[in-house]
Amino acid sequence: MSTATAQKKGFGATLWDYLTTVDHKKIAILYLVAGGIFFLAGGLEAMLIRIQLAVPDNDFVSAGLYNQLITMHGTTMIFLAAMPLIFALMNIAVPLQIGARDVAFPFLNSLGFWLFFFGGVLLNVSWFTGGAPDAGWTAYAPLSTTSPGHGVDYYVMGLQISGAGTLIGGINFLVTIVNMRAPGMTYMRMPLFTWTAFVTSVLILFAFPALTVGLFLMMFDRMFGANFFDPQMGGNHVIWEHLFWIFGHPEVYILVLPIFGLFSDIISTFSKKRLFGYSAMVFAVVLIGFLGFMVWAHHMFTTGLGPVANSIFAIATMAIAVPTGIKIFNWIFTMWGGSIRMTTPMLWTVAFIPSFTLGGFGGVMLAAAAADYQYHDTYFVVAHFHYVIVGGVVFGVFAGLHYWWPKFFGTMLSEKLGKLAFWPFFVGFHLTFFIQHFLGLMGMPRRYWKFLPNQDLDLGNLVSTIGAFLMAIGAVIFLINVIVTSVKGEKVSGDPWDGRTLEWSIPSPPPFYNFTQTPLVRGLDPLWIEKRQGNGKMTPAEPLGDIHMPNNSFIPFVMSLGLFIAGFGFIYQVDDKNWLIVGIAGMLITLGSMFVRSVKDDLGYHIHKEDLEKGAGSE
Amino acid sequence: MKGWMGKSRVLFLFGIMLLTLTGCGLPNLTALEPKGEGADVIYDLMMLSVIIMVVVGVIVMALYFFVLIRYRQKEDNQDYIPKQTEGNKFLELLWTVVPILLLVVLAVPTVQKTFMLADTTPAEEDKEDAITIEVTGKQYWWHYNYNGLEVQASQDLYIPTGERVYLKLAASDVIHSFWVPAIAGKMDTNPGTGNVNEMWINAYEEGVYYGKCAELCGPSHSLMSFKVVAVSPEEFDQWVEEMKNVNPDATPESESAQAGKELFNSKSCIACHAIGSSPAAAGPNLTNFGSRVKIAGILDNNKQNLIDWLQHPEDIKPGNKMTGKYGNTDADNPLTSEEAEQLADYLLQLNPTEITPEDAEAQ
Repeated sequence: MSTATAQKKGFGATLWDYLTTVDHKKIAILYLVAGGIFFLAGGLEAMLIRIQLAVPDNDFVSAGLYNQLITMHGTTMIFLAAMPLIFALMNIAVPLQIGARDVAFPFLNSLGFWLFFFGGVLLNVSWFTGGAPDAGWTAYAPLSTTSPGHGVDYYVMGLQISGAGTLIGGINFLVTIVNMRAPGMTYMRMPLFTWTAFVTSVLILFAFPALTVGLFLMMFDRMFGANFFDPQMGGNHVIWEHLFWIFGHPEVYILVLPIFGLFSDIISTFSKKRLFGYSAMVFAVVLIGFLGFMVWAHHMFTTGLGPVANSIFAIATMAIAVPTGIKIFNWIFTMWGGSIRMTTPMLWTVAFIPSFTLGGFGGVMLAAAAADYQYHDTYFVVAHFHYVIVGGVVFGVFAGLHYWWPKFFGTMLSEKLGKLAFWPFFVGFHLTFFIQHFLGLMGMPRRYWKFLPNQDLDLGNLVSTIGAFLMAIGAVIFLINVIVTSVKGEKVSGDPWDGRTLEWSIPSPPPFYNFTQTPLVRGLDPLWIEKRQGNGKMTPAEPLGDIHMPNNSFIPFVMSLGLFIAGFGFIYQVDDKNWLIVGIAGMLITLGSMFVRSVKDDLGYHIHKEDLEKGAGSE
Repeated sequence: MKGWMGKSRVLFLFGIMLLTLTGCGLPNLTALEPKGEGADVIYDLMMLSVIIMVVVGVIVMALYFFVLIRYRQKEDNQDYIPKQTEGNKFLELLWTVVPILLLVVLAVPTVQKTFMLADTTPAEEDKEDAITIEVTGKQYWWHYNYNGLEVQASQDLYIPTGERVYLKLAASDVIHSFWVPAIAGKMDTNPGTGNVNEMWINAYEEGVYYGKCAELCGPSHSLMSFKVVAVSPEEFDQWVEEMKNVNPDATPESESAQAGKELFNSKSCIACHAIGSSPAAAGPNLTNFGSRVKIAGILDNNKQNLIDWLQHPEDIKPGNKMTGKYGNTDADNPLTSEEAEQLADYLLQLNPTEITPEDAEAQ
């Protein structure tokens, strides 16, 4: 099942393989490709925004289109780029790090991907059917509920479908990490990335239902004449703000926690040291996850909740700075006394520390409720969350891709091109966003289609646009790196970075069953322990035996396709009730697939011991 | 290594240079030169947090650069295996407790100031004279109803200097947010009657302050500008008197303006725009239109701009509610140039008060 054999299979067969796969490594690649494409779309939207704001009073895009661009940029980057890229990393690494042969529910893993994918495609179809959503990614009612056209309907249906996929994915990882750990892999021996994936999955489990409920209410408001958010009819639009941010704030931690874990692993690997204060790091992650649910109203300081609520949420928000600070210091002290190798993954990581620290400083400043009355909804906030999400999540995704590329594809991204991509992106990032802190305080609210001349906002905006172009150059060089690397196709060993954790104890890319024999884990950084104290190989925890594997299935694809079709039915039945037929047809496809899945016995298959001995699937 | 350090130094210097070039922004707009009590209180809190952050930042960055330089792998020592430290109780306790203490230093004034800014009950002795204004955000303009003073105005908010003016904020359509960075923080205006927000503003000195909408409210969100005109208390009282006693039916002097007045009625402008102190209507109150700082919130106040606005409102403020409402089927050119000119003459002579933004700006 290596890439080599896949190429031999021909394009059609490979496509079919990916459409039906339940292998976590292939699903990781699916997430990576889909997330990468959406990242490019979101990046293109960002460039159009920055071109519009390069000079004052610009008419490069119209006001209506601009609002669609900002809405789709935010929605795409959060839901369709960052989330799947995080899932790509979790899929490739978590089962390998805990010594598992796959996730707990391979079928659900595939279903989660296809739901996300079709939801994302549905959302983007809106560009071609009369206009994308235009009420901001936060879709505050009543602007969203009264927005003309179908843009916001696409937002509601697209996010509902892809959100279901994310929820399924989160549950899957939760069960996987609880149940599938290799013998000896106790909780307090799990690599930090797995730990953070675990906490993130818990957050997904509790946060996404709030979004689901909010989206259902909005769907009823927009499509079926309900008035949940209409104050004129006795509804209350502030409820949407609460529901959105009860989801929305944990969402930030859902994105950034796995990246914290990833950076912990990378820093440890490239400093040749075990993580400083491992248990404090785990504790900090859990605490951040917990506090992440206690702070949503800091997005609503100016909504008018009153000084009591504002003070409580201000202090809760400040409290998050403590565990985050602990992590920053622990990372620095992991490097202290180490032997630091400045590889590309490490370069992104090292760049992350000051960038994210600045983002954190902005966060503490914003937490001071009274001061937030000035920062709120200005470019200060835009600067802050880009510092956290780009300086944290995007840097992390780049680091993670360089780090785990061997596990994805069996090749190594070029170090030279990797560093060449890093510099323009890093410089461009700070150029784009640092100055936006000041733009905000100088009186530039966010989501402004144009700023007017003679308000001293010109230079700052121009600098910001120049920075954005540098970031685009960095992203393009990374893409070139990907292409060059896959054309060259040079295979690497299973352990090119001198790794410490289990994923580096098996070949790159791993065989489809991952571990021929489940490894025995003797401590934190199990492979490092074997390298120092043993023969450098993991001791098997079981004799060589048959491996039970799941069958591929096309059902997840069809099930998701049904919801995709039903989405159009629900959106357009507002204009013409006949569209309900499409909605029902789509639902029947989905329910039918569920029925087939339920009645059909699919027991999987076994790879026999003899074949394993012959080296089936080995590289 | 050298190249790496070199690049970051260039970046740093470049950043400092940019900051010096951009300065603190336009006076009367920027939040970094407070001209009012609210902005002042917030600025102090902001500076406190910046100081704390800079102290922490310097420590973190010193450690960071030391570690990166000192512990970089040496060419001749690639096989060196560092000691595998598990942690250090004292250090870990230190960087847990110290940040908590620093946050307490920030949290106490934060809570104090949050309550202070939210205190919208006038002091007992000021209760009689306290000015309360109902502010309504509408796509894409602002209306002000001076409680108990029988004055209605739009776009330019006249307030007296040196006292807290109390605002009751609401919206008539979607959420907006009322923000005058130089004198106060912002507050959302919620639609409906159940979520009216309150705040106060207090301008130290006379001036015309920039106000902006800070919550996405539709295509012309970025054009929903307004002005706060802070005048001396005496001037303010005079302004109120003059606004109260406007005769909406006064006949204009020039012939062209008289024709404009006819058009104002025949084109149904009057259905949406009040002149005088009748309550808020669908469009901005035009009582003192002639002395507006800006036309439509964004254009300089002159006749040509007003004619452009009357003839092509959609080009100037996309999504506004005035487009196509002149009783004329040709939406692209609803008024002839002559009619537009007459209307402009009429509107620009609506100037019933001696107190204008120029009085504030002259100071």
